[in-house]
Amino acid sequence: MELDPDDVFRDDDDDPENEALRQRASSKELVVYLVDASPKMFSTKCPSEDQKDESHFQISISCILESWKTQIINRSYNEVAVCFFNTREKKNLQDLNSVFVFNVADREFLDRPTAKFIKELSRLEEFFVKEIGSQHGIVSGSRENSLYNALWVAQALLRKGSAKTADKRILIFTDEDDPFGNIKGGAKADMTRTTLQRVKDAQDLGISIELLPLSQLDREFNVSLFYADLIGLQGEDLAQFVPAAGERMEDMKYQLRKRMFKKRIVRKLTFSVANGVSIEVHTYAFIRPTVLGSITWLDSVTNQPIKIERSFICADTGALMQEPPKHFQTYKNQNVKFSVEELSEIKRVSTGQLRLLGFKPLSCLKDYHNLRPSTFIFPSDEEVIGSTRIFIALHRSMIRLNRFAVAFYGTSSHSQLVALVAQEEIIDSGGQVEPPGMHMICLPYSDDIRHAEELHSGTNAAIPRANEDQIKKAAALIKRIDLKDFSVYQFANPGLQRHYAILQALALEEDDLPEIKDETVPDEEGLARPGVVKAIEEFKLSVYGDKYDESDNAGHKKVSEASKKRKALADGAVQKSAQYNWDALADSGKLKDLTVVELKFYLSAHDLPVSGKKEDLVKRILTHMGK
Amino acid sequence: MARNKEALVLLLDVGPSMHHLLPEVEKICSMIVQKKLVYSKYDEVGVVLFGTEETENELTMEVGGYEHVVVLQNIKVVDGDLVETLKKIPRGTLPGDFLDAIVVGMDMLIKKYSSTNKGKKRLCLITNGLSPIKDPYEGSKEDQVNAIAQQMTSHGMKLESVVVRESVVLDENVSVMEENDRILNLFPKRTCAKMVFVESSTSLLGALKTRSISPVTIFRGDLEISPKLKIKVWVYKKTSEEKFPTLKKYSDKAPSTDKFASHEVKVDFEYKSVEDANKVVPPEQRIKGYQYGPQVVPISADEWDAVKFKPEKSVKVLGFTDSSNIMRHHYMKDVNIFIADPGDQNAILAVSALARAMKEMHKVAILRCVWRQGQGNVVVGALTPNVSDNDHVPDSFYFNVLPFAEDVREFQFPSFSNLPASLLPDEEQQEAADNFVKMLDLAPSDKEEMLQPDFTPNPVLERFYNYLELKSKHPDAAVPPLDKTLKRITEPDPELLAKKKSAIDSLLRHFEVKQNPKLKKSMKRMREKPSGSDEEDNYRRITSKNKVDLIENGVKVEKIGDLTPVQDFELMMSRRDNPEWINRAITEMKNKIHDLIEDSIEGDNYPKALDLLVALRKGCILEQEPKQFNDFLHQLCKFCLEHDLRSFCDFLASKGITLISKTEAVDSDVTEEEARNYLVKREAKPE
Repeated sequence: MELDPDDVFRDDDDDPENEALRQRASSKELVVYLVDASPKMFSTKCPSEDQKDESHFQISISCILESWKTQIINRSYNEVAVCFFNTREKKNLQDLNSVFVFNVADREFLDRPTAKFIKELSRLEEFFVKEIGSQHGIVSGSRENSLYNALWVAQALLRKGSAKTADKRILIFTDEDDPFGNIKGGAKADMTRTTLQRVKDAQDLGISIELLPLSQLDREFNVSLFYADLIGLQGEDLAQFVPAAGERMEDMKYQLRKRMFKKRIVRKLTFSVANGVSIEVHTYAFIRPTVLGSITWLDSVTNQPIKIERSFICADTGALMQEPPKHFQTYKNQNVKFSVEELSEIKRVSTGQLRLLGFKPLSCLKDYHNLRPSTFIFPSDEEVIGSTRIFIALHRSMIRLNRFAVAFYGTSSHSQLVALVAQEEIIDSGGQVEPPGMHMICLPYSDDIRHAEELHSGTNAAIPRANEDQIKKAAALIKRIDLKDFSVYQFANPGLQRHYAILQALALEEDDLPEIKDETVPDEEGLARPGVVKAIEEFKLSVYGDKYDESDNAGHKKVSEASKKRKALADGAVQKSAQYNWDALADSGKLKDLTVVELKFYLSAHDLPVSGKKEDLVKRILTHMGK
Repeated sequence: MARNKEALVLLLDVGPSMHHLLPEVEKICSMIVQKKLVYSKYDEVGVVLFGTEETENELTMEVGGYEHVVVLQNIKVVDGDLVETLKKIPRGTLPGDFLDAIVVGMDMLIKKYSSTNKGKKRLCLITNGLSPIKDPYEGSKEDQVNAIAQQMTSHGMKLESVVVRESVVLDENVSVMEENDRILNLFPKRTCAKMVFVESSTSLLGALKTRSISPVTIFRGDLEISPKLKIKVWVYKKTSEEKFPTLKKYSDKAPSTDKFASHEVKVDFEYKSVEDANKVVPPEQRIKGYQYGPQVVPISADEWDAVKFKPEKSVKVLGFTDSSNIMRHHYMKDVNIFIADPGDQNAILAVSALARAMKEMHKVAILRCVWRQGQGNVVVGALTPNVSDNDHVPDSFYFNVLPFAEDVREFQFPSFSNLPASLLPDEEQQEAADNFVKMLDLAPSDKEEMLQPDFTPNPVLERFYNYLELKSKHPDAAVPPLDKTLKRITEPDPELLAKKKSAIDSLLRHFEVKQNPKLKKSMKRMREKPSGSDEEDNYRRITSKNKVDLIENGVKVEKIGDLTPVQDFELMMSRRDNPEWINRAITEMKNKIHDLIEDSIEGDNYPKALDLLVALRKGCILEQEPKQFNDFLHQLCKFCLEHDLRSFCDFLASKGITLISKTEAVDSDVTEEEARNYLVKREAKPE
């Protein structure tokens, strides 16, 4: 479940000292999903995407399922419970009527979602009528109040965990905007009052209550009838609520499967600016390649995890030994030994420090000056007061003067020359796109830079350059194939999404693999538009003349030449190989008496790999002969 | 191995005007040989000096001329002696003629290899190009250069010239310098040659590649702009981090008499079932398990292969976009370079046209790349133009990998403009900062750009190889401090700081920084700024260690509290679950004592500090850590003397605190007498 970022950081503008607090707050969520199971939830049908009508109840369940599947991939530690109200049967610790807490074996009521839990919930329809049943819980005349009961059960479930370490929430899915509509008079007022009181009690305990209303086709969910009071809506928010809630529901369903990361300080650094004046900055990992989840080795027979034991064995004596304290490098025919301390001393050049060396114009930062993902830097006054002020002053100057800072950054294990590029805050309608601060970019050293482009420049002839016309045609082409609003955020990693999808399918024993759309393929259709095709043809004509196809073939010819050579070799081998009686040699065990060259005749004649030691070659021949 | 054997001849100017640069020349040349000893020990190197008093080369004997050129070392396989030779290059007495030296070097290569070994023969010239070259006997200098260049091309040699150009050139030298530059510049036009100018000794150290790596393409094929337009390209790595060498683990188990012992350590992994520690699980019975919620889902490699994402090998353009849409900090990895297939003239033209058009229009291309068939994922990145200004180098593209949506973490930060005014700079402060940024300029228009990545050596690696060389001769040598020239990379240039002192001072005047008084002392300690003196260095090591401890243990750090410090310390010392506790306890105790003394007003904390010190001393004797205590006591006394806290030393002396002597703990290297006299002596010395 995503928090609305605007909401969470609404009070960002005040004092940044809160920041640390906010980061520490609530590392997980405890959520109880209260799903209305009244007959009405089943009777109303809405057309869904695949033309099948879905009831409100089905919509709610599939929404919950999707959001859990995402959560599991996110590897969140959120704990969830599903609780139906307006049911025929009851199942809850308080033994209250009309409330049914759904669960599977080996799982607490409020716990992390498991594959089994998700699977059971997805086949709920099969047994719902039999085991749970739908029935109005609020009937005039009786004192029963199923909504009240449900809230009570939810609140009791959320008693687990302290409010400091967890966000506790109750989400209500319903299409009944006036739950006490059929009750008359004093009883209604009474029920409304007690229900609201229950809600207030829950809120006092740090539980937030949210509503996901489902509107009828012909009539919109009227929040003001009852729920406005329950979730505390007023004024403008009231009008905005229903459409916004609809969006939230969509969001829940179509979230990207992506691991969520808490904003976490990677390091606290001392940034020495000049002559002993140092300020405090924190670094954050903003962009890091997402890797597939960690794997655990299992024993395929028992499916139990395997413990990996590492042992050190002396290569000379075969003796088992402790982790050796020394390392060595062979140098000038001797083994030069280093202790671990010495090695770390070498690497320790400027520990925990970022030292400013000077500034350069941005044009000095070339596109090839990069080695690793950048790291974000933001100032902090937590330990050194005045840090933020200097940082902002430098930040503004650097932006105004189009400069970046060069600094030396060292940790205990690694040190590097870095560029600090000031980034101005960028905000669009959706919120902050780029936060203000500096990005630390690792600069390569001279030995890290290669000069492949100079590799083929040995000849006297000057390298051809494009002429004006060719450049113009290229420009026309570029204009045609333009990605207007390209943003690096727009592509999901197809490999990763596929991985997650497979994992989910296997875990939930789903039969068919969900199709993952590869967003990174070029827009073939767009490229086939006449305007684009024309620009391409003009460019081709200008650069290749009418020889584009020939040049294409030239490449093939070259390849075929190489393959001709290979073929000639193979033919030779076939001939030579024919001179031996391989079967007899193999049977008499005399293969090993042949030379490697001779063995290779057989291998190349039979298109087998010719790599490896003699033993391998012999073995490969024998395997091939089926002996 | 022999196939990749490189032959290198170093041509070094040792004339008088080069003398002050020779220490750097010695460093870079010996570094080249040292790295060859590690990575390519069959390479061959020769050394030619010019500008020497003497003359010693084969050409002078054969045809005459070529005076003042000495072959210091004939071409031979690299060895330790060569490193020694290059560490002590003899100084010359006369201005040298670099063209003569080039011819001599070329002659050596030709005689040794004739026309074999093409492309693996290299000449490296290091000179300042301030000495005039003689007119040739016939023809002009240009003709001579042409003849040399032709020879080089036909023998497949490369020439790299490093011209050291320091700021001030005397007037009379200007014409010589210009003439020389012109001559040297002819080489890149005629043959496979490269020339770089460097201005500082630091960039001289980075001017030559110290390790040659044969370039390998990571992709050869079509750059597909549309199915109808494919350009043949080769993709290489442009940057790739040279890693700290992986050392082998050392085993001392072999008997010292065994001359042929490898001393290597094999690391063996065994997979055992968790329930039964004696049961080894064979490799074919292992299966990978993937986390799904609280469960682990076993999936075999075959299952994955059947269903996993398998894109086709291809490099396709998705489209072009404004370069402003790509932020510099989005670049993810090391950089690749796209070069047109060198055999395809039209492809070179097509790349050239696109690169130039993109540059003019400030556009980048977005690419989707699958380098190899069978690769399990795709890469999306930005192609940026690299327009060449050298006639012999084709235009090309740089390629930087961009993040996917999953890779970007959306953290929010407060806007600077919304921060309270107390955290924002006022106008004057802003002006001081502007001035500071302007003045601390590393790329002034009239000088070489300082710390240019292309000419900056890796200080850590330099340090390692220097230490390796040192250790090969003195196995017990300590790690040497960072070389002075390398300090220009890790620390601000004092010259620059001195020159721009006013801008720096004004910045410091306008801004105030102070430690947050609300923070606890122990936290503050870590932030103390290191100054570089040895004592401070020690200090920093202690505190940074402390920091690691704190981070590792979070809030759980077993602290020595304020109420019962001695008891806490003793409890910590007696913990046996992890030997680290002892070190931690000692370090914490030291900090505590330090804090007490520092905070004491007229010695009110002294008795408490003494109690702690006595406890620490006792603990150190018990745990056989006398050095820890002795070093600390030294440090403490030094600290007290420096900070007007002499009274504490006196106080200690009066209470009979001494160093831990040999008789109390065998590991101590302090005799009983020394121990007893330590504080007494201190007392007598000052004033």
